[in-house]
Amino acid sequence: MSARKVKEKKGPDEYPKALLAQFYKTMSTIRSFEKKVEEKFLAGEIPGFVHLYIGEEAVATGVISNLSREDLIQSTHRGHGHTIAKGADLKRMMAEIFGKKEGCCKGKGGSMHIADLGVGMLGANGVVGGGFNIATGAALAIKMQGKDNVSVVFFGDGASNRGTFHEAANMAAVWDLPVLFVCENNQYASTTPYRTTTSVDDIADRAAGYGMPGVIVDGNDVFAVYEEARKLIERARRGEGPALLECKTYRVKGHFVGDPEQYRTKEEVNKVCESNDPIDRFECTVLDGKLFSREELDGIKASAVKEVEEALEFARNAAEPEVSQLFADVYA
Amino acid sequence: MREITFSQATLEAMDEEMTRDERVFVMGEDIARQGGIFGQFKGLPDKFGKDRVRDTPISETAIVGAAIGAALTGMRPVADMHFADFMGVCMDEIFNQMAKIHYMFGGQRPVPMVLRAPDGLINQAAAQHSQSIEAWFMHIPGLKVVIPSNPADAKGLLKSAIRDDNPVIYFEHKALFNTRGPVPDGEVLTPIGKAKVVREGSDVTLVSYSRCMGLSLEAADVLAGEGISVECIDLRSISPIDKETLLASVAKTTRLVVAHEAVKQGGVGAELSAIVAEEGIDLLDAPIVRVGAPFTPVPFARPLEQAYRVTSEKIAEAVRGLF
Ligand SMILES: Cc1ncc(C[n+]2csc(CCOP(=O)(O)OP(=O)(O)O)c2C)c(N)n1
Ligand SMILES: [Mg+2]
Repeated sequence: MSARKVKEKKGPDEYPKALLAQFYKTMSTIRSFEKKVEEKFLAGEIPGFVHLYIGEEAVATGVISNLSREDLIQSTHRGHGHTIAKGADLKRMMAEIFGKKEGCCKGKGGSMHIADLGVGMLGANGVVGGGFNIATGAALAIKMQGKDNVSVVFFGDGASNRGTFHEAANMAAVWDLPVLFVCENNQYASTTPYRTTTSVDDIADRAAGYGMPGVIVDGNDVFAVYEEARKLIERARRGEGPALLECKTYRVKGHFVGDPEQYRTKEEVNKVCESNDPIDRFECTVLDGKLFSREELDGIKASAVKEVEEALEFARNAAEPEVSQLFADVYA
Repeated sequence: MREITFSQATLEAMDEEMTRDERVFVMGEDIARQGGIFGQFKGLPDKFGKDRVRDTPISETAIVGAAIGAALTGMRPVADMHFADFMGVCMDEIFNQMAKIHYMFGGQRPVPMVLRAPDGLINQAAAQHSQSIEAWFMHIPGLKVVIPSNPADAKGLLKSAIRDDNPVIYFEHKALFNTRGPVPDGEVLTPIGKAKVVREGSDVTLVSYSRCMGLSLEAADVLAGEGISVECIDLRSISPIDKETLLASVAKTTRLVVAHEAVKQGGVGAELSAIVAEEGIDLLDAPIVRVGAPFTPVPFARPLEQAYRVTSEKIAEAVRGLF
């Protein structure tokens, strides 16, 4: 079973307009949220480490548009996009990133540890590769509880070199668990270009080693991501076991905000921004197909920007946690 | 004497040891292309090549495991852990393999290697990037654990660690990398297992290490103004522990305070207190006091992280409580 590259594809006019609007809204919200976070981090308002999802929006959007609230996701250090796509409250997310009491983790976690279990978002992770086995366990619970939900774990190309990936893949496969392993291959693990630290051209090839399907998609094409994720998720819901979806994408921002980026050229980055931006590509597709007017798209984008502005206002005005909260939640 | 940063001091140590002994090499994540996230490897790949300064996959288990294998077979590896927090990933390699091989195999071969582990609080990095976990490793026979507080010892301990025939864990506090201090020209070797009295005093012994050492010295200054003469000891190695220096100082001052950034419960302070209780209880005129972090994970939000931190005020307050 070797990795399959996807060629055949539905036309954009075959999707309900509401779903297309949702793609655009989600991607625009993530983009706008991340730009705001970057701006406020650089202005010194946000502390800690922040890793942005700009340029990778189509992955979270395409995959998570197939999920219900009861389905589960596991995220990474680059987790804002997944969290937004899963329907977390923007205000409480932004407040968390600002370290406020009203944050979704009461200010205990910050950007790298965002979590909203209420919407099926099991957590970002400061430890690369920390999520694979937790997602597998969540899928085990789904199976033991007789549900038809799925557990989706997002991970980077770099994370696929952690032993935890390999242990989780084998366990999920041997127990036929409803896990979708979604690799966001953004060509870099911090400062190291993909092929300098990873032994295969395609992470999807690794699926074969665990007896599960491995599929490669253009991760900057939200339609392609949506379609392939849909098939693999339906398969998992039917009890046919886990799969790996590798989304080829690119990290256009530094690894973290403030990264000196000495490991690549500006030209390389600009090329992707100009020719392969997932939001631009979506706009071109739906405008060319006359599925949306420019005004309609602008209206959707404006509502995303407004929601992010409101989230920012909320976060800035929110209170910091009282010192007495230091000892809260150490134990249940 | 010339002053350089802690980070430059570690760089000099690496440079000198890699020049002196071609078996020494270093591997870890993001150390070659961008010189390490704290700049602590800058320039090394240009001088020694990417073979001896290796960027690895995100595979801590493989990094430490492979270092052990190489150490057993004629190399002297230094492995960078990126953040000390990630040592959790490769604990089997550290405590079942690296620490035990020499003993289990009846001393057939040494395991000469160093793990460099940037630890401690910086910039609200939260629960998984801020920890001080040195005490875990002092519980493991077969390991040596060192933890410098200043550039001179940063250099001297790293060089000694590389030359040691045992596995040594070298904790380097992230907030210290950019601090400056005097470092002598020429060979600098700080002995492993030897504490240093960095300030003499007569009323109370204040033991610390790493970033808390500077805070302790600040506290000692303030206390001197209040008429309390504090003797400050920089532990420098937490395994083996320099009992002699500790007990000699307590014999002189009759009081002991230990300050560290790590969680107080089960910390290095507990071991030091136990040593004095066992071997020097009669020396004491007052109960031993420990200053450490509260028993919580490291919180993100600013006021909580502030409350969590050990400060020079907290240390001074603890000392005052003894008088
Ligand atoms: C176990 C562990 N090792 C190292 C790190 C430091 N680190 C954080 S993100 C990162 C790179 C991750 O690369 P990848 O998995 O490709 O995700 P991306 O950042 O590209 O989204 C590294 C090395 C970490 N957080 N956890
Ligand atoms: Mg990556």
